[in-house]
Amino acid sequence: MAFFENRLKQAPTGIRKVLYLNWQVIVLVTAVSAVGILMLWSVAGGDFNLWARRQAQVFAAGMVLMFMVAMVPVWFWRSMAGIAYLTSFVLLIIVDLYGVVGMGAQRWIDFGPLRLQPSEMMKFSLVLMLAAYYDWLDIRKVSRPLWVLIPVLLTSLPTVLVLMQPNLGTSLMLLMAGAAVMFAAGVSYWYFAAVTGVVVGTVVAVFQSRGTEWQLLHDYQFRRIDTFLDPSADPLGAGYNIIQAKIALGSGGWSGKGFMQGTQSRLNYLPEKQTDFIFSTLAEEFGFVGAFSLLILYALIIGFCMISALQNRDRFSSLLIIGVAANFFFYIAVNLSMVMGMAPVVGVPLPLMSYGGSAMLVILVGFGLMQSAHVHRPR
Amino acid sequence: MRRTQKDAEDSARSITRRGLLLGGGMTAMVAALGVRMRYLQVDQAEEFKLLAEENRISIELIPPGRGLIQDRNGKLIAGNEQNYRVVITREDAGDVDRVMHRLAGLIPMTAEELDQTLADVKKNAAHVKVVVKDRLDWDDFSKVAINAPALPGVIPEVGLSRIYPRGYDFAHIVGYVGAVSQKDLDEQEDPDPILRLPKFQIGKIGTERWMEKVLRGRAGTRQVEKNAFGRVMRELGREEGVAGGDIRLTIDADLQNFAQARLGSESAAVVVMDVRNGDLLCCASAPSFNPNLFVRGISHTDYASLTENDHRPLANKAVSGAYPPGSTFKMVTALAALDSGAIDLGHKVRCPGYLEFGGRRFHCWSRGGHGTLSLTQSLQKSCDVYYYDIAQKVGIDKMAEMGRRLGLGGRHELPMSAIVPGTMPDRAWKQESYGQDWRIGDTINASIGQGYVLASPLQLAVMTARIASGRAVEPRLVRMIDGKEIAAPEPASLGIDERHLAAMRQGMWDVVNSQAGTARSARIVDPTMILAGKTGTSQVRNISAAERSQGVIRNEQLPWRRRDHALYVGYAPYDNPRYAVAVIIEHGGGGSTVAAPVARDVILAALAGGRPPLAAYPSDQRGRIESMLKDLPLRDPETGALTKSDQA
Repeated sequence: MAFFENRLKQAPTGIRKVLYLNWQVIVLVTAVSAVGILMLWSVAGGDFNLWARRQAQVFAAGMVLMFMVAMVPVWFWRSMAGIAYLTSFVLLIIVDLYGVVGMGAQRWIDFGPLRLQPSEMMKFSLVLMLAAYYDWLDIRKVSRPLWVLIPVLLTSLPTVLVLMQPNLGTSLMLLMAGAAVMFAAGVSYWYFAAVTGVVVGTVVAVFQSRGTEWQLLHDYQFRRIDTFLDPSADPLGAGYNIIQAKIALGSGGWSGKGFMQGTQSRLNYLPEKQTDFIFSTLAEEFGFVGAFSLLILYALIIGFCMISALQNRDRFSSLLIIGVAANFFFYIAVNLSMVMGMAPVVGVPLPLMSYGGSAMLVILVGFGLMQSAHVHRPR
Repeated sequence: MRRTQKDAEDSARSITRRGLLLGGGMTAMVAALGVRMRYLQVDQAEEFKLLAEENRISIELIPPGRGLIQDRNGKLIAGNEQNYRVVITREDAGDVDRVMHRLAGLIPMTAEELDQTLADVKKNAAHVKVVVKDRLDWDDFSKVAINAPALPGVIPEVGLSRIYPRGYDFAHIVGYVGAVSQKDLDEQEDPDPILRLPKFQIGKIGTERWMEKVLRGRAGTRQVEKNAFGRVMRELGREEGVAGGDIRLTIDADLQNFAQARLGSESAAVVVMDVRNGDLLCCASAPSFNPNLFVRGISHTDYASLTENDHRPLANKAVSGAYPPGSTFKMVTALAALDSGAIDLGHKVRCPGYLEFGGRRFHCWSRGGHGTLSLTQSLQKSCDVYYYDIAQKVGIDKMAEMGRRLGLGGRHELPMSAIVPGTMPDRAWKQESYGQDWRIGDTINASIGQGYVLASPLQLAVMTARIASGRAVEPRLVRMIDGKEIAAPEPASLGIDERHLAAMRQGMWDVVNSQAGTARSARIVDPTMILAGKTGTSQVRNISAAERSQGVIRNEQLPWRRRDHALYVGYAPYDNPRYAVAVIIEHGGGGSTVAAPVARDVILAALAGGRPPLAAYPSDQRGRIESMLKDLPLRDPETGALTKSDQA
């Protein structure tokens, strides 16, 4: 590709853009998705039609979507940022008021065959919006309080709306994605230090107050927090899922039990085996070798994205790619921490692996935006 | 927006710096995840592998087949029948209500049963099998099987359940099994886990209970893989159990059946014992009951009708009934007197019809008296006064000792329920039981088997066998376990002078065969089967002096409960003793007229190994006997099926 880049000084046009895509990321994403489809086939007990077929179809559609998004010049997406954000925001309000509540309290709006989850849309809308905001903002004003307040509101309002659904996992993801873009845009470290300090201080205060006269929460609320933080204290209730997930993971050992041989998932000891806990099945059937390889694949995807972001001299594009990559990373980090018993159970799927159509589409749209920024970078 | 060159460079530098920081943080996190992965999957792998195995593998018990109980010739007494039942699982049924209503149209089910089953099905987990109907007959069972396509989730199943094909005949000996109760579990130190299986049956009474260890066998195990909902996915391994041991009793099923039928509706018992080795060939108690009712769970009304019956069908009178032995005890008194040297074989007593003692008059059954009698004549005519006389000379303690040597006053250990020890009283016993001194009147009463003396028909049969053989034969009920003969030890000699025993046997021969014998009408004329015996009639009421002066009321005029017990003990053949027999007919009247004929029929059946041969009866009785035998409700000797109506 270096050959073409030397020949063409300007941004590529037309079909030749395809040559300028970040193919490393596309190959890696395809590889991870293929592994995901394999695992869905396995957890269905060898029934390809149960989950794997649909996941493959969504992936194919998502890839087409990704290419379409990638082909559109990135400045178009920048101009759409406000509209996308507003639309998502309004839809979030509508869905909070009229939406359908279903599995895992995810809310959606039913448009016949299409199920719209505004919280999923908000993921890339927010990143787009913040990237556009910081592209527009004079970089000398980035750390001024008023100009910090705006992105804080842009992030926290949808976060609160999603939290009210209630969807703790997604709201956390929005918060972290927003923070990541703000961090990358150069907001002063002091803000982050201050927020971290306040959060830590509050948590400490709440826990210190326990058992004293000025206790800040009710006893039952404390107990709820206890099981949230340490599920093994309640092995048949909240702790059951995480214990079974750890057993699945650990019993995989070095090289695993073999494809479709995972007893924990096949015999249904694993909860949510096709969604949030799909990694346990992979780890059980392919062992440390398989699980670690997947982790490396993810790291490479993020790595290539970060390289692309840092090489891009357009501020909007850089921030957009960092936002997409950070969002992707947070999903992986929170999901794996949860599955491996390092973090409390919050409903966060493993990107490209967990069964779920809209999550897959949103991730691929995200990569589409990243590719668009990559293809249309200034040369 | 358009930026100055400097701003663009600042922006790029800032983003590069922040991006590298972010990338560093991400890398650190990825490293942490990798370390955690290694810790779980490499360092702790063994522990988690174990937990995963514990999760999925569970061990199930396979119930062993219960051992069979057979008669001495291998005829089936207790077996296992296939129990046809229908079970349903909710997850396969789909619309449970529709399927159940369809099923109710096929097999007999009350609306109540239907509702109960539906409630059960809905209460249990979706994969759990719920028994819809137990003990279906083949027709209904096959109806369900044929309609299987229309009945999703309904499974016709075959299990095993205890069956007693010769129900009534062996109810008292073999007993029955039933579902394991909490009480059964409490009784055992470390209950076999198999007892906790649903529908598992345990011996409740009789041989079923006392030989439970042999009959139960050992459970097999099945390693199965179970999913999180407890549903069995596949079998991983299996260790076969050991079926219960088969038991062969000493009882002859045909003889038992004959005896049971012969006793009919009387409240009675008969025991036949082999005098050489103690084998119990027959141990019948009437009336009897159907043990199969108990296996299935007896209904309240059925149970009430058994407990309220004044003939006590649930009691095993042969071993649990303790009766005053009456005149059948006279051999014990005589042997005690002879053995102690109180009298010799030539001892004679004059009977005036009573004996005056200490101002009290002890009556002989014959008001006119028997005149002067020898020892053998006293037995032949069953004179009471003779025994009053010799009992005073020998004393109760010697009598009791002889009684115990002959098998009275102590339990004979057999795998049957509620075996009583009876009572063989002596001075110490009365002091202990009543805190009173023994009085001479007690001795006089005891000399003719009245008063405190109590014995079961089993004990009387043992006594007779010991007199006939001169050896300390012990009764036994089990002949073989799992095809292996149980050795019967050669019985030791009783240590009683053979001449004394011979005198008893002579007296017993006279009772049955001499012109003046009390049981002459119940003699056997076949010279190879000559019967010797002793009758007994034991009072269950006191006869007042006033009644005696006006003439004792005849039994037939008394209410059933107050009539005398009729007893008989005997053995045959006289010259080569083979079988001893003891019979009691509660409130039956006289031993000679009621009990002796039963004993003769049963011992003839034992000797002949089938129906009693008519030629063995005195010719003038044959017509009557023939028609009586023809009317007996006997079972088919091969199948055990009743050929006439059941005695229920």
